Amino acid sequence: MNTIRATGVSKSFGDVQALDGLELEVPTGSFFVLLGPSGAGKTTTLRVLAGLEKPDSGTVEIDGIDATGATPAARDLAMVFQSYALYPKQTAAQNIASPLRARKLPKDEIERQVRRVAELLRIERLLDRKPAQMSGGEQQRVALGRALVREPRAFLMDEPLTNLDLKLRVEMRTELTRIHRSLGRTFLYVTNDQVEAMSMADQVAVLRQGRIQQVGTPAHVYDRPVNRWVASFVGSPRMNFVACEARDGRLAGDGWDLPNPGFAVDEGRPLTLGVRAEDLSLDRRDETASLTGTVYATEPLGDRTLVDVEVGSGRLQVKAPPRVALEMGEPITVAVDLDRVHLFDAATEEALSR
Amino acid sequence: MAEIHIQGLRKEFPDGTVAIEHLDLHIADGELFVMLGPSGCGKTTTLRCIAGLERQTSGNVVIGGEIVDDLSASERDIAMVFQFYALYPHMTCRDNIAFPLRAQGKPKAEIDAAVAEAARMLRLEPLLDRRPKRLSGGEQQRVALGRAMVRQPQAFLMDEPLTNLDAELRADMRTELKHLQQRLGTTMVYVTHDQVEAMALGHRIAIFDHGRLEQVGTPMEVYERPASLFAARFVGSPPINLLDVELTNGALTAAGGLRVTAPDGLRRGDKVIAGVRPEGLTLLPPGAEDAVGARVISREALGDETIYVVEAPCGQLHVRMPPTAPYAEDAPVAVRFQGGAPPVYDAASGKAVAG
Repeated sequence: MNTIRATGVSKSFGDVQALDGLELEVPTGSFFVLLGPSGAGKTTTLRVLAGLEKPDSGTVEIDGIDATGATPAARDLAMVFQSYALYPKQTAAQNIASPLRARKLPKDEIERQVRRVAELLRIERLLDRKPAQMSGGEQQRVALGRALVREPRAFLMDEPLTNLDLKLRVEMRTELTRIHRSLGRTFLYVTNDQVEAMSMADQVAVLRQGRIQQVGTPAHVYDRPVNRWVASFVGSPRMNFVACEARDGRLAGDGWDLPNPGFAVDEGRPLTLGVRAEDLSLDRRDETASLTGTVYATEPLGDRTLVDVEVGSGRLQVKAPPRVALEMGEPITVAVDLDRVHLFDAATEEALSR
Repeated sequence: MAEIHIQGLRKEFPDGTVAIEHLDLHIADGELFVMLGPSGCGKTTTLRCIAGLERQTSGNVVIGGEIVDDLSASERDIAMVFQFYALYPHMTCRDNIAFPLRAQGKPKAEIDAAVAEAARMLRLEPLLDRRPKRLSGGEQQRVALGRAMVRQPQAFLMDEPLTNLDAELRADMRTELKHLQQRLGTTMVYVTHDQVEAMALGHRIAIFDHGRLEQVGTPMEVYERPASLFAARFVGSPPINLLDVELTNGALTAAGGLRVTAPDGLRRGDKVIAGVRPEGLTLLPPGAEDAVGARVISREALGDETIYVVEAPCGQLHVRMPPTAPYAEDAPVAVRFQGGAPPVYDAASGKAVAG
């Protein structure tokens, strides 16, 4: 069962095509993340689904019923934005209660609902404060509370954590996951931050230039990206890419070659090898295959050190143990986990299979 | 190239705000020295005092053995690179980079050679004839850097130069800066509020808080042995676990019985706060030996690792695990400490007490 389904949705603004034949199925009860860089069409997608924007073509179904022409109110979806848009003169309790007051619910029912939401969000102690007396994270929770109190079909969230500092963002990720689990409602969450997508989503759809590139679990998108663009957008540090071609049963680039681990490719076809930093190692015991190069820079991060290695005309970033001691320009051997390398067609950028 | 000494520096603004209380620093010749802290901690004011853009209330700035307190910014022979690029929009990259040398009246052949060398090191050769508006943010940043490089100053001073770049470019530029600084061998003082950037770039890091120096050390010293609770909290993501512990039976014990290796120098019954990084804990099936029961609150699979938050008797704990860790949300687990003795802190002063 899908709460939301978009079929062939296109939308242009002037000569800018924001959405280009978008297909999307958001399963009921899922934490579904729409991930893409700015300008990919994420916010337009949300606005079309919410009924704030009319698509040029295509249909939107909500709970299996065509809602393409339905008003935002009839769709019964709650939007949460990155700006909190709280009423500055009202307390947190009054802000949370505002959608219920608009519906003219009895006073004790409103109070009961506000308490329930405050408990869920753990903001009971903030209820009597006004927005100016709250931190950004607290205001964000109150804004969320105002959406939650309505008990809509689904929550549409547009980069709600963007304006928070890093520590708070990390904390709110944990909170949102917990809230989603205890509500059991559908969350459709838009972000340009792949860490948010990886850490919170049941399902992630990667959007680029108004088109869905790939849909799957975060692990699937991370381990089996369908093209070079997705491979590069998901994961931090970014996947390493180096140019190569197939030659005599091997993959050969400038200054290196590796055994071909079973990709069926014609010799001479321009290819791009992709490999993540954690699938490279400076430990020779991990070696199934290796490259040699020189140390370009080392970046200690505490729990790990990123070692940048120059190999031929390319550069690879290797995830190494924290205390690795290397000098710039030092020759070095990098072990490659061949089971984990990716190969892309250099022209189409599509992933090739083994 | 030069070393920089800061001696007894104090900066008080006319409104009475004390930006720097009292600062002594020695930055070695050729060092990449990072000043790290939240906004308002005094790091930028310190940089501006070194640059000569701000006059300290008392104390000395010594660059290359010379007291520069009475020299203007332009007389100090240092190059400042700001958060914003400040390129001349009507000039090509080549002319932007050449500008400081032309202003000094250098011969054309010398200018051309210097620009070519900077362009080669910064990989700007194909862009030299473009104007800034036709360049990406990262390319503009590199041009700004090129303009600073050609002067061959005694030191580079950088104030959050990567802040406005997107995440991917920031990571690329970080690598480039580190490589370039090492190759040039020029002293660099770099200000940032981003602890990841500080760790990745710095030979040493100075952590500031409220106009005071909390700690100076190599990235690994700062990460593994924070000098104070402030430094411990400021560096590292996910955050360090701070556990209230008591020394009993030769180990530091937290509420619920989680046992942590004790450093030397503590006495039985001493109560301290232990700083345990997320990789200093591990999760095991419930009932495991030498571990305490806990419940998974959240699980963030990031691809190359999975970060758990668990509820234990001593509070919520962050645990860094490999991507293959099998525990689901709400699952009962056991938490065990692993590794050597962690740094410990006095709860009242917030300072490290042993280890």
